Amino acid sequence: MTDWTRASALEMAEAMAAGTVTSVELVQAHLDRIAAVDGEGTPSNVHAFLHVDAEGALATAAEVDADRAAGKELPLLAGVPIAVKDIVVTKGMPTTAGSRILEGWMPPYDATLTTKLKAQRMPILGKTNMDEFAMGSSTEHSGYGPTHNPWDLDRIPGGSGGGSAASLAAFEAPLAIGSDTGGSIRQPAAVTGTVGAKPTYGGVSRYGAIALASSLDQLGPCGRTVADTAALHEVMGGHDPMDATSLDEPVPACLAAARDGRENGLKGVRIGVVKELGGEGYQAGVSQRFEESLEHLRAAGAEVVEVSCPSFKYALAAYYLILPSEASSNLAKFDSVRFGMRVEKDTIEKTMLATRAEGFGDEVKRRIILGTYALSAGYYDAYYGSAQKVRTLIQRDFAAAFETADVLVSPTAPTTPFKLGERLDDPLAMYLNDVATIPVNLAGVPAMSLPAGTAPEDGLPVGFQIIAPAHEDARMYRVAAALEKALEGEWGGPLTSLAPELEVVK
Amino acid sequence: MSTLSRADVARLAALARIDMTDEDLDRLSGQLAAIVDSVALVAEVAGEDVPATSHPIPMSNVHRTDEVRPSLTQDQALDAAPEAEDGRFRVPKILGEEA
Repeated sequence: MTDWTRASALEMAEAMAAGTVTSVELVQAHLDRIAAVDGEGTPSNVHAFLHVDAEGALATAAEVDADRAAGKELPLLAGVPIAVKDIVVTKGMPTTAGSRILEGWMPPYDATLTTKLKAQRMPILGKTNMDEFAMGSSTEHSGYGPTHNPWDLDRIPGGSGGGSAASLAAFEAPLAIGSDTGGSIRQPAAVTGTVGAKPTYGGVSRYGAIALASSLDQLGPCGRTVADTAALHEVMGGHDPMDATSLDEPVPACLAAARDGRENGLKGVRIGVVKELGGEGYQAGVSQRFEESLEHLRAAGAEVVEVSCPSFKYALAAYYLILPSEASSNLAKFDSVRFGMRVEKDTIEKTMLATRAEGFGDEVKRRIILGTYALSAGYYDAYYGSAQKVRTLIQRDFAAAFETADVLVSPTAPTTPFKLGERLDDPLAMYLNDVATIPVNLAGVPAMSLPAGTAPEDGLPVGFQIIAPAHEDARMYRVAAALEKALEGEWGGPLTSLAPELEVVK
Repeated sequence: MSTLSRADVARLAALARIDMTDEDLDRLSGQLAAIVDSVALVAEVAGEDVPATSHPIPMSNVHRTDEVRPSLTQDQALDAAPEAEDGRFRVPKILGEEA
């Protein structure tokens, strides 16, 4: 019997169209897998999901199967199950953004993205774990306990979207939704051996995505293959009048670009290696797999050049001023009045003080205080104002680099996944995870991560990052697909097929 | 730029409406001071002649049609509130005894 949880999303779509499997069978296979590896009490306890909606997913699947049997025309990914990061609001399913302050909150409306997934007829398996309000790189800041990396359950799955990435690597879902403010899609993809893309800022509507830092946040697709990720990207994208930052332009042809890269190679494509995102501070096995990937790209016909982005060394500092400033403002709405937790005291002010003290975790408190400081009178120009200037310098670096290269590349993260707990009490060490992904968000350009192999020294996944100019999302998929083809030739399939088998409930 | 003291953190936490125990302040103050010291790096390169960027993809005058659309009902809007009464959000008293 075929284990459908190992198939790609596009293979599932094809098999449903050919009549070899039904959506109900696919959804049930994934629900069984979730039951076997995810929950507390299972031997693996991946904990990718905060909520599983078996009933809803099966109902959607049954409707798709009925329509298919009746010969109705269906969208490409109809019937393919998906996991949704708990930052996206879903009517009828609790949405917490990983925070205790929103425990049990039932949103009264759907995000535009949720509406699009429903229109695509995709059964939503459930909501995935994340660092609280997407603040973190390990899911250890989740108010509901960390997610475990399926490659090694004692290690971090990345963050903030560790739940979505782990659900893919553990074969609990073929596709997932992420959000990326400083690397929260790409870094988890890197450390779990999966694929994840951050679209151009404004490429995907954020209406109904719980805001962290509004000038940086972007929703994006996650999958185990480049083509699956590209297909989901097209489902998510498009203009939405409900989001004033939404780009009014056609959805990029990501899937066609991925097919082009796979079939026709990269002749004439100039690939720029960002000098500042590599070398010192990067793990040996990460650098080695990165160099090997460059060889594959050359073999596929690309020209590899070096580019320099001198202002990138200030990106992390600028990010940790801009993000907290925006977050401190966005999170003011958790005031114990309209939704979420209330710790009742005799006045409203004391109630707010007590509620936010109990409802928020340490990382959220740190960033709110940092943002409050950076925006306060007397410090605004020195901190927030300067950070915004750095942002301009980083955009100029990108513009100059894209003069000499069509796409830019780097390792996605400086290391393979570290042990849970290892950096929890050292925020600055934790922040360094995102050193290679953050410049992208400051500039608003699209970028993605795909697996480059496992590091020889620890056998854990390494990510390869591809960055394209704004609005040129399709271009990164072309390059990624060509690299994936070469690497899969070595591995005999997607990298996740080499992950150790998880112990399951008998 | 100055570094962040324990008293600063206490004042900022009050402004941000987050109650902090002495233990919280002990734990978070040192970490926050280290973060502030490291991000101060931005001032090094932020010259007078560099314009600020607030938004990654410049856009202006984003409009949409001014038309009536379905929205939440009063019940839906109040449904998730910790407390509601007579179609309104109910909150504890606004002024304390000292006011």
